[in-house]
Amino acid sequence: MIRHAVLQLKPEKGQISRNLERIGEALNELRGYRPQVAVLPEAFLMGYFLQGGVRELAMTREELAERLEVLYQGLSWGEPLDLIVGFYELDSGVYYNSAAYLELGGRGLLHVHRKVFLPTYGVFDEERYISRGSRIQAFDTRFGRVALLICEDFWHSVTGTIAALDGAEIIYVPSASPARGFAGAEPANVTRWKSLCQAVAAEHGVYVVLSSLVGLEAGKGLAGGSVVAGPEGNLLAQAPAFEEAALIAEIDLERLAPVRYDNPLLPDLEGGLPLLMNDLQRVMSQPGKTGKALRIAHAKKAERV
Amino acid sequence: MRIIEAVPGHEVLELNYPLVGDFLVRFIREELGWRGFKTAVVALSGGVDSAVTLALSVQALGPKNVYAVYMPHAISRPESREHAELVAGMYGVPFETVDITGMVESYAAQVPDITSRRKGNAMARARTIVGFDKAEQYGGLHLGTGNKTERLFGYYTWHDVADTGPINPLGDLYKTQVWGLAEYLKLPQEVVKKPPTADLEIGQTDEGDLGIAYRKADVILEHYLKGYPDDYIVKLGYTEAEVERVKRLVNRTHWKRTIPTVAVISTTAIGEFYLRPLDFRLEEKPKLPTLRES
Repeated sequence: MIRHAVLQLKPEKGQISRNLERIGEALNELRGYRPQVAVLPEAFLMGYFLQGGVRELAMTREELAERLEVLYQGLSWGEPLDLIVGFYELDSGVYYNSAAYLELGGRGLLHVHRKVFLPTYGVFDEERYISRGSRIQAFDTRFGRVALLICEDFWHSVTGTIAALDGAEIIYVPSASPARGFAGAEPANVTRWKSLCQAVAAEHGVYVVLSSLVGLEAGKGLAGGSVVAGPEGNLLAQAPAFEEAALIAEIDLERLAPVRYDNPLLPDLEGGLPLLMNDLQRVMSQPGKTGKALRIAHAKKAERV
Repeated sequence: MRIIEAVPGHEVLELNYPLVGDFLVRFIREELGWRGFKTAVVALSGGVDSAVTLALSVQALGPKNVYAVYMPHAISRPESREHAELVAGMYGVPFETVDITGMVESYAAQVPDITSRRKGNAMARARTIVGFDKAEQYGGLHLGTGNKTERLFGYYTWHDVADTGPINPLGDLYKTQVWGLAEYLKLPQEVVKKPPTADLEIGQTDEGDLGIAYRKADVILEHYLKGYPDDYIVKLGYTEAEVERVKRLVNRTHWKRTIPTVAVISTTAIGEFYLRPLDFRLEEKPKLPTLRES
């Protein structure tokens, strides 16, 4: 059993020291639960919407690791603590929306994932200010093999597929999702996230841990609704919308084998996907295919009218 | 048999009002909070927009931290005061009246050719002066009260008290949705049901000025903003003239929904090249010693 704490917290825009302190306060409050892995949202250290301010706030992964190690030392935690947090990363003059996995009090920084799918539409404008990552890789922690995906990465089912095929047993998803769609019982994007987490968890027989930012950023309400979904697609825990909250959940990797035996979709995928690689390469060798197809469909519809 | 006929296209305006109300309460609290304020001033006009804004503000900040100001001019309708007092009393907030007749008429006396329209604009902007001053007096901010429909139509005096509030909870709600929220908040029916009016000229109503009913305009607006073509909207049951009217009002007023236009000269032009979100801030470094201290 791996004790997780999903920290659905509200950052203060641009106040990195204060946001680090806030992580410390939250961990102190949860000390009695003795979490072994703490999961923070996307861009938690700086706030999500920065526009050109990314240049003034982004930090290197080395600086991040150093500051988190100082935080950890101040906590006197008594045993190692694994921590996942979103931050804007600077590397050789290039900026990324990244998430890091650290084993504090142990091996330190284990992995950094750079967001591949940068939303640049509607209320989002990421690709104007930052660059895409280009890798999705699972990696080994002291508990098992895991992967990181950030926000829109997870909305493309191919990313979860790659992570699962690479052996990930837990997929961590730091996100920042401005609330939109207020007609239902909860914001529409919160519902969508919940169903996505359950669907990916069930498809691959993995745990999915979503840590979603909260707080108002210039009128845009980051929605929260963090989720822990189990390998059967069950919702193990869900945080409320908009409010700061901590989800405490135990993840039991021993469940994976029996669940996958009953529902062997991942082995099926390993067997069937090679058969489809030719078609995948074929469709991808026609750049702009989907956009073009959509335009043709619209044109044909217009002719009918 | 009871027959219930769905109005085509109206579903796009449906909202879960308890959810929206909770979000707007959070919006008021947090957006005032990071700016360093816990107090709001709401300019009550007697109409539904300012009444809803007051109700949400009281939920967000408590009645002791919300100040209602009613600013009549001599031509204001008597029921405007009654309705403003009714709503303020319902929420138990401090209520005061600042009569702007003297401010406006003092200016009007210097410009004898002033029209009723120009005088209406002067009234609206006199209220801006009072709104900012009352906010300063009480150590808070005055709230914007303009709804999405009037913002899209440019149907307000630029920089009036409703337009200039640094935060505006209702600015993304169509008038139809403000009415829905008002019903959920159980605001008095005489406030919710009366014909909306800017109350700047005798006999004025919003829908008379605009030439279209809000409930129609809002459905057309939402479809137009989402990119539906005119013929699609007409098929929902609206006339070509109504669609054209809505589009014309929107497209002649884009300039009113922005800050003043600046001639771009450099590659650091604010808002064009130099882009920061309005809540952006950096950590403050430890205070440097002053010359005298050093």
